[in-house]
Amino acid sequence: MNSKRTLRQLSVLAATMSLSLSALAVDITGAGATFPAAIYNKWAEAYKAATKSQVNYQAIGSSGGVKQIKARTVDFGGSDAPLTESDLDAAGLVQVPTVMGGVTIVINVPGIESGKLKLDGPSTADIFRGAIKKWNDPVIGAQNPGLKLPDLAITLVFRSDGSGTTYVFSNYLAKQSASFKSEVGAGNNVNWPANGVGGKGNAGVAANVQKIVGTIGYVDIADAMKNRMTFAALKNKAGKHIVPSQESIADAAAGANFKVKGMAPDLLDQAHKNAWPITSATYVLAYAKGTDAARQKGVVDFFSWALNNGQKMATELGFVPLPASVAKMVETEMNDVK
Amino acid sequence: MSELTTAVPFDMPVAVDFHARQVRKFKWQDTIFHQLTLFFAFIVLVALAGMLIALAVQAMPVLRQSGPAFLWTDVWNVPDDKFGALAAIYGTVVTSVIALLIAVPVSFGIALFLTETCPACLRRPLGTAIELLAGVPSIIYGIWGLFVFAPLFAKHVQPCLQAIFGKVPVIGGWFAGPPIGVGILTAGIVLSLMVIPFVASVMRDVFETVPAQLKESAYGVGCTTWEVVTGVVLPYTRVGVIGGIMLGLGRALGETMAVTFVIGNANRIVGSLFAPGTSIAATLANEFGEADPGLHISALFALGLVLFIITFLVLAMSRWLIQRGIARQGR
Repeated sequence: MNSKRTLRQLSVLAATMSLSLSALAVDITGAGATFPAAIYNKWAEAYKAATKSQVNYQAIGSSGGVKQIKARTVDFGGSDAPLTESDLDAAGLVQVPTVMGGVTIVINVPGIESGKLKLDGPSTADIFRGAIKKWNDPVIGAQNPGLKLPDLAITLVFRSDGSGTTYVFSNYLAKQSASFKSEVGAGNNVNWPANGVGGKGNAGVAANVQKIVGTIGYVDIADAMKNRMTFAALKNKAGKHIVPSQESIADAAAGANFKVKGMAPDLLDQAHKNAWPITSATYVLAYAKGTDAARQKGVVDFFSWALNNGQKMATELGFVPLPASVAKMVETEMNDVK
Repeated sequence: MSELTTAVPFDMPVAVDFHARQVRKFKWQDTIFHQLTLFFAFIVLVALAGMLIALAVQAMPVLRQSGPAFLWTDVWNVPDDKFGALAAIYGTVVTSVIALLIAVPVSFGIALFLTETCPACLRRPLGTAIELLAGVPSIIYGIWGLFVFAPLFAKHVQPCLQAIFGKVPVIGGWFAGPPIGVGILTAGIVLSLMVIPFVASVMRDVFETVPAQLKESAYGVGCTTWEVVTGVVLPYTRVGVIGGIMLGLGRALGETMAVTFVIGNANRIVGSLFAPGTSIAATLANEFGEADPGLHISALFALGLVLFIITFLVLAMSRWLIQRGIARQGR
């Protein structure tokens, strides 16, 4: 009897303790895009060390993230593909960018070193719609005088899973070529031509490009740098051939106008002379009017903290931080999350 | 005496009552036990029916749109919402057939060696090795296939096959295209390696059930080992052998991770075995995560339903073959 009472007292004590703890630190949950998962989890870890608040982020994919935030099962959603203005208004959501990245073109052609192969948008589109089938095609040769191109079949490597990386890359190519847009399309999943293989995830594409000779594929810059891949240089809007780097991605963002609803300007093919053409940002979605004020504040606090303290971590992981002016705008925009 | 007479009438009803209570208790226990096991058994049925219904319901939108043509349409165009299962069915069936074409003779040889001609000291280590091979997780086969096997295959075997068969009509087409290592043939070969331990260990087990007298008598009348195998062992174990092959086929049809790694994940049919393709399981593993809501999701569920039905048919066929085999043996 006595022990039972002690047990009850203990459990009451534990309950009050956990209550008082949760009053101090709010646990928030997010879900969505896989691309920023590495940095969100890194931020969450550092944030917990700094504030004792727990942030859980589940990398379930962009469309899953949008679905979950609309169903109101999470506190914030992550998506690589921004929602449109009307979508945001209809669902009562606020959208802000968090970090940027770029999609790089990687190759495996014997004798060609990183950055040596030069391509422009239309010829890349022709390669990825299966119209250019050999590495020694005159279209490639004309852009690369002095480079010895082998008589080798081009094998495309694409993402076999639906992906924000595919979304960004196919949207860029669709802008460059009407034939690409009609034959292959633009989106998370597209209709790739027959001379290609699919890899699961950025890691799968990277592995296939490295293992198969004669391949060309697209990988986000963080994974490409981690795997020390061979880049192709791509001609940007200013007419300069750019080898992808964190700097050239930051340059692309510098020229863009983020002062639009949803803060999602088109970052593709920016006019800056050093801009990497295939640049994109990843976004978080939160409720404009939430039901739980503490959790809403938790979301705002976390991302404000990350923008002020997490930029170095982002760079280390291969992401590109938002320009300082944009980060300020994001903080202002987050005032709408109540 | 008087003590006894007083004791008995006092004691008896208690004993009877105790017995009756005990019996009632046992009966009650039995009923509970019966109901409980019945319930467990029903869970399986309910789960099966539930899965089938859930798949069918989710698959409805795409089936309503394209009808049975879903099964023989070779288009998988997500941006335009046009879906057909043929490419995935083709990849599933062709890789499984390749796997069985390789695995059945090899497993047969392994099982025969182990039961008929293997020196006793090798029997146990070899048998254990095969069982260990069956326990290797499929993702390991996938990683090995992509990182080790495919590059070697592309460099040494594929050019060789092309040199031998390239000019032969019809067959040449099977080996056309750039030798890139990953593709339908590679997936079939990796699958065969995964299937061999299953088929081989079942075959070995059934070969061991052949009574020694039968074999010894055959040897006694002067049969060679080959004659004993074809004349005694195989007819005696036909049912078990079919069962083992079907088990392997079942595994090959549904294998997901290893195939996803090496099949190339291209959703189309190219005649060449060197070309990348896809299987139903690989398509599901690849596309579910970020499937577009609407028809795309529905098409994936429909693919799942197709795989369910194919596996069911294979199982039904093996049952039928085994039943027929048993009936024949009876005669």
